[in-house]
Amino acid sequence: MSFNFDFVGRRKWWYALSLLIIIPGLIAMALHRPVLNFGIDFTGGNIIDVQFQQPVSAGQVREVLDSLDLGTSSIQATGNNEFLIRTPELNEEQTDRLIGALRDKIGQLDLKRNEKVGATIGRELTIKGIEAMAIAWVLMVIYITIRFEFLSGLAAILALIHDVLVTVGLFAVFRWEVDSTFVAAILTIIGYSINDTIVIFDRIRENLRLRRKETIEELVNRSINQSLTRSINTVLTVIIALLALMILGGETTRTFALAMLIGTISGAYSSIFTASPLWIDLRNLSRERHRQAATSKAATKAKPRKAPSH
Amino acid sequence: MAGGKRGGGLLKVAVVFIAILALGVGAFKPLLGAMKLGLDLQGGVYVLLQAQSTPEHAVTGEDMAALERVMRDRVDQLGIAEPVIQREGSDRLIIQLAGVSNPEEAIKMIGKTAMLEFKTSDGQVVVTGKDLKDAKAVIDQQTREPEISLKFNAEGTQKFAEATQKLVNSYGRGDPKRHIAIYLDNQLLTNPHVDEAIPSGEAVIRGGFASFQEAANLAALLRGGALPVPVQIIERRTVGPTLGADSLAKSKTAIITGLVLIALFMLVVYRLPGLVADFSLIIYGLIVLGVLWALKATLTLPGIAGLLLSVGMAVDANVIIYERLKEELRNGKTLRAAVDAGFKRAFTTIFDSNATTVLAAIVLYFLGSGTVRGFAITLSLGIAASMFTAITLTRFLLHLVIGVPAFQRLWLFGVKENQIPVAARGEI
Repeated sequence: MSFNFDFVGRRKWWYALSLLIIIPGLIAMALHRPVLNFGIDFTGGNIIDVQFQQPVSAGQVREVLDSLDLGTSSIQATGNNEFLIRTPELNEEQTDRLIGALRDKIGQLDLKRNEKVGATIGRELTIKGIEAMAIAWVLMVIYITIRFEFLSGLAAILALIHDVLVTVGLFAVFRWEVDSTFVAAILTIIGYSINDTIVIFDRIRENLRLRRKETIEELVNRSINQSLTRSINTVLTVIIALLALMILGGETTRTFALAMLIGTISGAYSSIFTASPLWIDLRNLSRERHRQAATSKAATKAKPRKAPSH
Repeated sequence: MAGGKRGGGLLKVAVVFIAILALGVGAFKPLLGAMKLGLDLQGGVYVLLQAQSTPEHAVTGEDMAALERVMRDRVDQLGIAEPVIQREGSDRLIIQLAGVSNPEEAIKMIGKTAMLEFKTSDGQVVVTGKDLKDAKAVIDQQTREPEISLKFNAEGTQKFAEATQKLVNSYGRGDPKRHIAIYLDNQLLTNPHVDEAIPSGEAVIRGGFASFQEAANLAALLRGGALPVPVQIIERRTVGPTLGADSLAKSKTAIITGLVLIALFMLVVYRLPGLVADFSLIIYGLIVLGVLWALKATLTLPGIAGLLLSVGMAVDANVIIYERLKEELRNGKTLRAAVDAGFKRAFTTIFDSNATTVLAAIVLYFLGSGTVRGFAITLSLGIAASMFTAITLTRFLLHLVIGVPAFQRLWLFGVKENQIPVAARGEI
């Protein structure tokens, strides 16, 4: 198949579409406290996953929690008499007391998961995650500047910031819970987004070397069209893998798979509709500046000569 | 001559492909079986301990080494096969016990963050756990009563000698103030009377034990409970065996389904080269699992997610090559020339795109913790292996396949005859 779509010409529309998705996310983050629905990995606290041997209602579990002054905890029924209880940070004794009370007042239970994360750990995780992201971005810009040019690096980073904002934004809008695997997902999205962008930039680089009589817009369009089948096929295989993980992989990897799915789709979109058009705009902008600088230089040079004639 | 070559080609192709298939079928299961599974997949315990500095005493490296020894002792008592105990930073200790059948019990054992203190009646701390060298239960030869014999280290001996001497000098025999109480985690264990000054560093706790077993338990608690510094559990994760088994089964289903679907996708979209890619992917999987096994890596849920994702990346390398291959064919190149050109031109693309992902993975490794690190390792390993198999194995297999005339028909490569310039038709 060969395509001949005009991707670059309608770039204002593509930018608008991106903003349409990103802006609600930013608003959601501005309105909500905390910004995202952070799980205990970030905030500190306990998660206890219990399965009772007989039918139990969430109300019964709530009663037990209330009796232990744990009213602020959340209870989530996950089917088959199983409950996910999130409490503020408890020490070992308090955890024992809670499980003991559940056993005494409700009945036999199987303790499937019992996790505690201290609040300091959550803080460290957040700081480390942000640090990691910043360092990764700098390294990527450096690499792309060496292998391509600075403006390509800049456009690629803008595209991946786009993908991060789309993913984080959607998690903010829908208040999906964010755990430590979310950090890994975001960093993988960054890797994937850049990967996808580079493939197209690589094609542009190659076409620039053997440039025909065409405008830069036409050349970029041609490059995107040439890589389009690859972009679609690759994103499809990754989506297949992620859907399998999301539908069949169970609760624990779901956040990761969901974040990756959004990021991957956004990454495929941004490498076509954001990165390459941005590269053109950045290029035009810097040319314009150079030209202006050149003309103003020429003007200042010309002035003294012109002056006597008046 | 030509006929012989033709037959040889087909035979060679058949032998190589069957060999790969056999290798895949034969090696995958044992390899997977030999992998160490993380505690999220088989149940177990993860504990992060933090040693607490007090105003009088800041945590030192020696304290941490002592703490590590104590924890190792405790874990050994649980009889866990391969415990992981490692220091993190200057004051933290990670303990991971996979495959524990009763994780809560294990936490209790580890979590006995007991601090041992010997105090006089006025609350003065005489010696602490770090001054104690040994404690064991014995039977007194004369009275036949169980008792605990204590041994202090040099510093402890001196302190204990001074304190007991002072008590003997200050108070008369039988005075309730002439006692040294032993506290474990601020709970009174026993409050023995000091009969005489003890300069030898060897003391005996006598009386009050109902049985030898009781004395032995207390001795074990003193030995094991002798933490050098107070310790807190700041993070703990226990996964029950049922949840672990459930996660393992689910991730197995997910990975098999994902792989089969990806393989089918490649076959349908790229036909013959797609089939070649599928066989490359078998070797790719073996390499990745083999290296992980050799590194004694532990397979966790995020690790499996990383692996499945890296398959997507591995496929991408093949997709880039095959799209180039089709393009070259449409430009009128012969099959052999198109394959070579496809690989050559795809290489820089694959290299540049993967290098940036590896950069991200390296950052993840150095800044991440635990599971994130595992994910970074599998991701970079997957990328390296995918580049290797795509560039060497896929190329080798493709060359082998296009040597067979029956496999030279262009529709097998997803290119229609009418897409090729007329001048180039009919040539191979």
